[in-house]
Amino acid sequence: MSAQQHARPAPVGGSLFNATTLVCGILMAITATIIIVRLFFGLSSTTNVNDGYSWGIWVVVDVFIGSALACGGFCMALLVYIFNKGKYHPLVRPALLGSLFGYTFAGAAITFDLGRWWNFWHIFWPGYFNVNSVMFEVAACITLYIIVMWIEFSPVFLEKLGLRDARRKLEKSLFFFIALGCVLPMMHQASLGTMLVVMGDQVHPLWQTPIQPLIYLLSAIMLGYGVILFESCVAASAYRRQIEVSLLNPMAKVMLGIIALFLVVRFTDVAVRGALPEAFRANHVALTFWAENLCLVATFLLIGTVEARRNPARLFLAGITVMLSGILLRLNGFLIAFNTGPGWSYFPSVPELLVTIGIFAAEVFGYIYITRRFPVLPREETYAQPAHG
Amino acid sequence: MKTPVRKKRAVPDGRRRFLKGCLGTVGAAVAGATVSERAAARETYQRPAEALGLLYDATLCIGCKACVAACKRANDNPPEFSTTDKLWDTPLDTSGYTFNIIKMYRSGTMATKDDEENGYAFMKTSCMHCADPSCVSACPVTAMTKDVTTGIVAYDPEACVGCRYCVVACPFGIPKYQYDSPTGKIGKCELCRHRYKDGHYSACAEVCPTGATLYGRTSDLLVEAKRRLALTPGSVTTYPRGNLSGGPQQSYEGKVGNYKQHVYGETEYGGTQVLKLSAVDFAKVGMPYLPPKSSASTSETIQHTLYGGLLMPFAVLGALTYVAKRNVHHEDDEAPPAEPPGREES
Repeated sequence: MSAQQHARPAPVGGSLFNATTLVCGILMAITATIIIVRLFFGLSSTTNVNDGYSWGIWVVVDVFIGSALACGGFCMALLVYIFNKGKYHPLVRPALLGSLFGYTFAGAAITFDLGRWWNFWHIFWPGYFNVNSVMFEVAACITLYIIVMWIEFSPVFLEKLGLRDARRKLEKSLFFFIALGCVLPMMHQASLGTMLVVMGDQVHPLWQTPIQPLIYLLSAIMLGYGVILFESCVAASAYRRQIEVSLLNPMAKVMLGIIALFLVVRFTDVAVRGALPEAFRANHVALTFWAENLCLVATFLLIGTVEARRNPARLFLAGITVMLSGILLRLNGFLIAFNTGPGWSYFPSVPELLVTIGIFAAEVFGYIYITRRFPVLPREETYAQPAHG
Repeated sequence: MKTPVRKKRAVPDGRRRFLKGCLGTVGAAVAGATVSERAAARETYQRPAEALGLLYDATLCIGCKACVAACKRANDNPPEFSTTDKLWDTPLDTSGYTFNIIKMYRSGTMATKDDEENGYAFMKTSCMHCADPSCVSACPVTAMTKDVTTGIVAYDPEACVGCRYCVVACPFGIPKYQYDSPTGKIGKCELCRHRYKDGHYSACAEVCPTGATLYGRTSDLLVEAKRRLALTPGSVTTYPRGNLSGGPQQSYEGKVGNYKQHVYGETEYGGTQVLKLSAVDFAKVGMPYLPPKSSASTSETIQHTLYGGLLMPFAVLGALTYVAKRNVHHEDDEAPPAEPPGREES
């Protein structure tokens, strides 16, 4: 592999005030209002969570799915810095930015779902924390990772502020934070799956397995690449820029490899545990199981060939099918195929949905603000690579 | 941005040593993980020798709900209403404010008590005080604890962060949260441990007129439960009331029920300290089938295998740090800074 010269990242520029940011702003304001109501009047004032489904979408979607969709950063870091595929370098910063916001807002979202949030520091306090608890590992690890990501991303701010010396000093030790920024998400993304284990038979056999950590880790990695496909296409279209097909094409191939591995592990596990007959029953659980996995098969149909991977529309759709599958894996395990006995049901309330949407809006707003004002996306003028690689 | 592509270079001695060190670390981690896997394979916990608990015999229960009212009083819980007139406490299930409830099984004409077909039966719902509780394993901040002597599963609201993993984890659906409060707590039976110092024991057993809920050491309660299962249905026997392991003798004579030959709680998830007898199939009265191996032991085995002593994370971190150090290059090392002029709009 020869050393390629990439376009340096540069701010996109342009106004921060437009239709998109206005909508985001309104959604964020609504979210803030709902959160205030929740903090003063309790969870039942705004949500439909109950003792049968104590974790609603604020936990399962905002945190479990939100953080998994924010795995693009570490997946690119793995590819570029660990497997030394330098050509993908232009994708690192935008991916890291997506992760930074995804995780930061996931972390913020969990605090107002916590029933006794003022005690949150107990998670980090010896004497309180419980090393047997999967939740402890997840909470501690995610918090640490958020801090590490801000450090990883800080050269962007230092670059913008012109703090050249500080940046040079930081970059000397950046390799360590990059390594840490790969280990931490691997740990807690795996543990997010392990969270299901203690719930026992309440989780349907198609989703209850001791190899949960491996399944969730593989899923998080393929989601990371899926999200990059999606984000790259959306950013390119929103900012009327070229889609980096020459990079996305081989990256999508890496993703397909992970998906293939995931499917082998997933179905071998289900078969070995004797749960496969459950997938052939005429009920909604079997249906959602197939929806989850056929999304991945669809990815192969969409972008299975080199030729297909040159088509931006197909790459975009493949990103969506992979994301859908990852979203379903988590929704199924924690909500749809989770059964605490007769009499309990859950569907999110309107305020609950608005908060989840508002958090997404905050991420979009943050992404727009940072990419317009800070050097994240590759500079367009000098970016003259052909669309076909 | 500068390309982080590795260039072929002669490997200096220091680097080789570093590489060796890394390989050593990985080797150590693999070895450590194998060892810790054996060490971490955590068995299902069993009840402590002096474990305290309850024996609930559904065939003796008359559904008077004196235990429900006594539990409310003992735990200083407010009434909960399910009727429009709101005259008295009528909870339909345990909740953040109701730690004990008697539920009813109904079938067909409901003609006879304790008949699965065309009959009815009662079942007590409250904390089972598991030998290996899922809630204790799940709790990230040790707010749920199991007493080493009494085995009582206790809750400390001062430690709790309100994540409600205990609510989700419990196979019996016991820890419940107070969703209507900005400072909501988890509510669950703690076997009236706060009343022991005044010479009291579990309020539900204290007030139970028929001894359907009996308090005592679980070992004693298990012997009593097995004695009942061995009796001929319809014969007459002596039933103790109140506190089996102490206190005044309050037994009475009664007819033996048509028990299912199963002491619920003897082996479920390693055993529970609250035991149950029933004439109706346990699955039909809301007691789930649970294997002798606890889910907490499976979960903790996975956690400790992966993260025990942080061996594996550090080994992986060491290896990745080494690789990253090799592959990360800095912009400022080579290419002259071509910082573009600010492009900010007003």
